[in-house]
Amino acid sequence: MGHWLGELNKIDDYRWEIPQDYKTGMRVAGRIYADEAMLGAIREEQSLEQVANVAFLPGIVGCSMAMPDIHWGYGFPIGGVAATRVRDGVISPGGVGYDINCGVKLLRTDLDEDEVMPRIRELVNHLFHNVPSGLGSEGKIKLNDREMEEVLSSGAGWAVKRGYGTPLDLEFTEEQGCMKVADPGKVSDKAKQRGMPQLGTLGSGNHFLEVQVVREIYDAEAAGAMGITHAGQVLMLIHTGSRGLGHQVCDDYLRVMGEAVRRYGIVLPDRQLACAPVESEEGRDYLSAMACAANYAWANRMCIAHWVRDSFSQVLGRKPGQIGMEQVYDVAHNIAKIEDHVIEGRKQALCVHRKGATRAFLAGQEGIPGRYRHIGQPVLIPGDMGRCSFIAVGTERAMAETFGSTCHGAGRLQSRGAAKRGMRGTDVAAELASRGIHIKTGNRGALAEEASSAYKDVVDVVRAAQGAGIIRKVAMAAPIGVIKG
Amino acid sequence: MDRRFDITNHTADIGITAYGKDLADLMSNAAYGMLTLIVEPETVKSTVTGKIELEELDDVALLVEWLNALLYEMDVNRLLFKEFDIVVTGQTKLAAVCRGERLDLARHRLKREVKAATYHNLRIVNEKGIYIARIIFDI
Repeated sequence: MGHWLGELNKIDDYRWEIPQDYKTGMRVAGRIYADEAMLGAIREEQSLEQVANVAFLPGIVGCSMAMPDIHWGYGFPIGGVAATRVRDGVISPGGVGYDINCGVKLLRTDLDEDEVMPRIRELVNHLFHNVPSGLGSEGKIKLNDREMEEVLSSGAGWAVKRGYGTPLDLEFTEEQGCMKVADPGKVSDKAKQRGMPQLGTLGSGNHFLEVQVVREIYDAEAAGAMGITHAGQVLMLIHTGSRGLGHQVCDDYLRVMGEAVRRYGIVLPDRQLACAPVESEEGRDYLSAMACAANYAWANRMCIAHWVRDSFSQVLGRKPGQIGMEQVYDVAHNIAKIEDHVIEGRKQALCVHRKGATRAFLAGQEGIPGRYRHIGQPVLIPGDMGRCSFIAVGTERAMAETFGSTCHGAGRLQSRGAAKRGMRGTDVAAELASRGIHIKTGNRGALAEEASSAYKDVVDVVRAAQGAGIIRKVAMAAPIGVIKG
Repeated sequence: MDRRFDITNHTADIGITAYGKDLADLMSNAAYGMLTLIVEPETVKSTVTGKIELEELDDVALLVEWLNALLYEMDVNRLLFKEFDIVVTGQTKLAAVCRGERLDLARHRLKREVKAATYHNLRIVNEKGIYIARIIFDI
């Protein structure tokens, strides 16, 4: 594929533009949020071409955008944000991806590093055994057809009803863990069959559980509102999505959209961008099915959080109430949503696609829990397993420019093959252990693919996002225990 | 030709370039290539037979949906298929008899999860009588 040689104009230190006339058929310009140092690596692959391709989507408004963690995906770039008018625009399953509502959940605790560190090996072992993970694994929850329908229509609410969480957890979840447009009738039997045995499983690849310790607090007021009060405090981060159910929903609707593209005469440069008008039957059906997969993912993370809480209790010999393990927030980073945004001075209903991007709403916005209404929506930005993760909040600039969106993580830098070659002969687990990070995985062979060197440094990504004004940093935490599937 | 497929690198995901003397051969080699991303094929015996039949919009959709049908079989029925007798009719219909075995975590060391075969920049070209397709998988 090689180096991308297209035109990229500097707007300012953190904003770059692919002009609309770069490619015939682009309906808007492309905009990349990154600093100059990051652009070298970005230009080495074809993600910028993907930004230009997304600009072909009918009804797209503003720009086809990419966040600083942009990297080469399929169809959309990872880190891509595109908003289309509901009135005459399209919705694209490729703008969400196969792992619908892949996302992160952050739990805080009353525990300090010095209480947990001596037990970290035991804690990681408990987490590994209590949370089903890895290739070919099946969950501990047995669902019948009726319960499956409930998971799809009620999301995390189903999990709470079954005792896997509390009503307060729901309050601190994007959409309260349930998109109401969900209609299980729009999800194929094949997707339901794939989802049935996998609820409450972590999966593999880049999905993980991390025991983290707060290292820095940048905004004490915002951190305090989230229950994050001091350096040394222990946090827990959960990263997974909708498993095989989401993959099947995406695939099912790419087939539907392949036909819709012909029917509606939509011209696209890449079939993975297949789409249909938001207000068409195909568009509405996809949104309803996608919402079901999103709900499944919220239920999935809720169930996993329950076993995480159990594991802490078992290892530390304390009741959950004595650990103060409360949910800070749960965000989706592969999703499409209908939201109102102001375009050219007028409020309009838009379909905002976030493909490897996180919603980052400004303080005061509807949809933010009361406790956070004055600070803004919490944004969770995990880094790779050897570095750190950030907690941030949404900003006015994000509302005005990126439809309230920002980066979602570090973003890959190296292919899996290159990562493996680069780490040949290195014991990744031992190297992490030497830096005080205890890891357990069911697949040691794949660890090298997830090594730090395979990822951009999340510090650079967050610096660029903050430089562009599309997030405000609140705190930084580093891992001491990692579970990889 | 002898070469069945090559593995190609992609930043976030992984790809294969599959070759075939006709569409059916291409489908078979793409499926075998995908299996090598998941497991060592030598560890998979041919003890179970399954049938897959598809009708799609065109040859590209047929290739993607064929591979995704195999991923579905792995996810739901825990079947790993390694040998394929395939008939493709008119670029839009496929009938396959697949042989392989049920996943046994004690013997099959799984390398990675393949979420799906994607349509990203996928074209099937015919170069000097060889069918070639480069498929990017979501990992």
